Amino acid sequence: MSLLARLGRPELYTSYKQDMALLNTPAKRIWTGVIVLVALVLPFTLTDDLLIVLATGFIAAIGAIGLNIVTGYAGQVSLGHAFFLAIGAYTAAVLSGDPDSTRLIGFGITSLPVWLLASGLAAGLAGLIVAPLVARLRGLYLAIVTLGLVFIGEHIWKHWKALTGGVGVGRPAAVPELFGINLAVDGPSYTRAQKLYLLAFVLLVIFGVLARNLVRSRTGRALAAVRDRDIAAEVIGVDVTRYKMVAFAVSSFYAGIAGSLLYVMIGFIEPSSFNLGLSVQYIAMILIGGVATISGSIMGALFITLLPRLTRELPAVLPFISGSATTGGLTVFTVETVLYGLLIIVFLIFEPRGLYGIWVRIRNYWKSWPFSH
Amino acid sequence: MNEFVSTLVKGLGNGSIYALLALGFVIIYKSMRVISFAQPAFMMVGATLVSYLVLEMNFFVAVLVALALTALLGIGVERVALRPMIGKPVFVVAIITLGIDIAIRTVTNVYIGLEIRQMGDPWGLEQVEIFGVPVDQRHLATLITTMVVVTALFAFFRYSRMGLAMRAASYDQEVALAQGVSVGWVFALSWAIAGVLAALAGVFLSVGVGLEQTLWLTALKALPVIILGGLDSLGGAVVAGLSIGVFEALVGTYGADVAPFLGGDFFLVVPYLLMLLVLLVRPYGLFGAREVERI
Repeated sequence: MSLLARLGRPELYTSYKQDMALLNTPAKRIWTGVIVLVALVLPFTLTDDLLIVLATGFIAAIGAIGLNIVTGYAGQVSLGHAFFLAIGAYTAAVLSGDPDSTRLIGFGITSLPVWLLASGLAAGLAGLIVAPLVARLRGLYLAIVTLGLVFIGEHIWKHWKALTGGVGVGRPAAVPELFGINLAVDGPSYTRAQKLYLLAFVLLVIFGVLARNLVRSRTGRALAAVRDRDIAAEVIGVDVTRYKMVAFAVSSFYAGIAGSLLYVMIGFIEPSSFNLGLSVQYIAMILIGGVATISGSIMGALFITLLPRLTRELPAVLPFISGSATTGGLTVFTVETVLYGLLIIVFLIFEPRGLYGIWVRIRNYWKSWPFSH
Repeated sequence: MNEFVSTLVKGLGNGSIYALLALGFVIIYKSMRVISFAQPAFMMVGATLVSYLVLEMNFFVAVLVALALTALLGIGVERVALRPMIGKPVFVVAIITLGIDIAIRTVTNVYIGLEIRQMGDPWGLEQVEIFGVPVDQRHLATLITTMVVVTALFAFFRYSRMGLAMRAASYDQEVALAQGVSVGWVFALSWAIAGVLAALAGVFLSVGVGLEQTLWLTALKALPVIILGGLDSLGGAVVAGLSIGVFEALVGTYGADVAPFLGGDFFLVVPYLLMLLVLLVRPYGLFGAREVERI
């Protein structure tokens, strides 16, 4: 059917295949194309420091998608995401670490696909080990037990100095080498930031599409059934324990991937950074972005990552806020943290569906414009 | 032997702080079915208020004033941020309390500053001899205060009219409403009590050693305590708080000799490991009510 015939009738489907397509309306196809195009043009227009922030946001989005699979789609609240991020980060750093170092363990495998996959699998395995224990628990008991993981993890990272380098010292992040090109240093044709940005974007697209396909498949429907009413799900034949384990494993896999790359952007891993605050940050991403949506996870991750960057501009606008950390009183950092806390509250009270909900409202308004219904 | 007894008293002292914090969590949980992650913030606010008020007045008066102010803060927070969320999924409400915690604690940190603040308490790090064993006065003071507060609290729930109303509301909100209980008041009061308990815990935590920004992490120890005792059991919170405190102190004293490879501060993760072990056997804690589901 020609595009012309479908114009103005976005929800007219003439075949099952059309109905089931990933981008099932022309508007979705066009706008996705536009976003991808803009994202590909950005590295050649923005400054390098902004690109790194965006790339960090993209990688964080992969982690947020992972958390959304277990918390949003399967309804199993996990405050332990930082633990799995750490496993990913350290697997990657150890695999690509310097084998001659006397201080740290390292195997010198710098090939990006190898350590990326390995860190995902290591974290996924950890998730699978934890899953049978947590599958027995529900609701807030689960949230606190997963929080316990973070604290136990923190203790391990603090004391296993050969792995992490110890608090305050840390170790260098993984070396991202693809086809013999090191992406973490400036090259002849592209700068470090441009290369990392493109890498992060490509990976986000891959893992985003994978997750989108997972959640609209049989597995995704099973997860939603477990979330909405686990007893009813069991009655209609969903193996609840099995799907909880699947959710934890997939979520941890995503966390491992995100963790391994997240620290490549900074170039450095500090063992005390994998704390409760990091877990809360990811929870905030999916809540502000939109629970049980892939696009929401991406929006939320970008929002939370860009927030510090935005508040840093505040002293220029509001003179009573101090830009330096050493002088007392109201500093940017205080404002940033308070704002972050308040944003979580405000979003949950006024727009529980998050940024995705706002987008849906805008979309629905224009869908029937100029009529209100 | 002396070492053992003084470790025990230290454990009971710390344990009663955990018990106070855990009671706050449990009281809020029983009234709203929500875990309030804002407790660390109330704890810091209470301790900070005392450290400032004590410059003007007697320590004990300062504590009372600080407790009253923290209770008011608790009521205010409940009214502004929690009341609109009634009927929403518990997880969402729990995350709201996380947001509250971040916001309040950041502001409090500005007032604490980077230095350690002194509490101006009468005990300091002085020791007293009981049956020939030197024991920190502050641990004894904590233990005794906690026992008094816990007894008063249990008597309140058991014998007073409002206590009865709170028990009714926690059992079934709608039925309680139908019987004329103001559930709104129950919510407000439980946040006020939780605020007072947290503030008291904060004061005793910083007595002697002083108040600093990182102290809030101790409040999170109440989380394994409430899971261990069962989310909805007041008695469980006290028992689990004391036992985790004692266990932690024992590991802190003897752990380094038994298993040095675990690191000198291994006692910090002991509560969480204990929680995981107990949950393997009892998914609703030691005294928690088993959830009964209707299909």
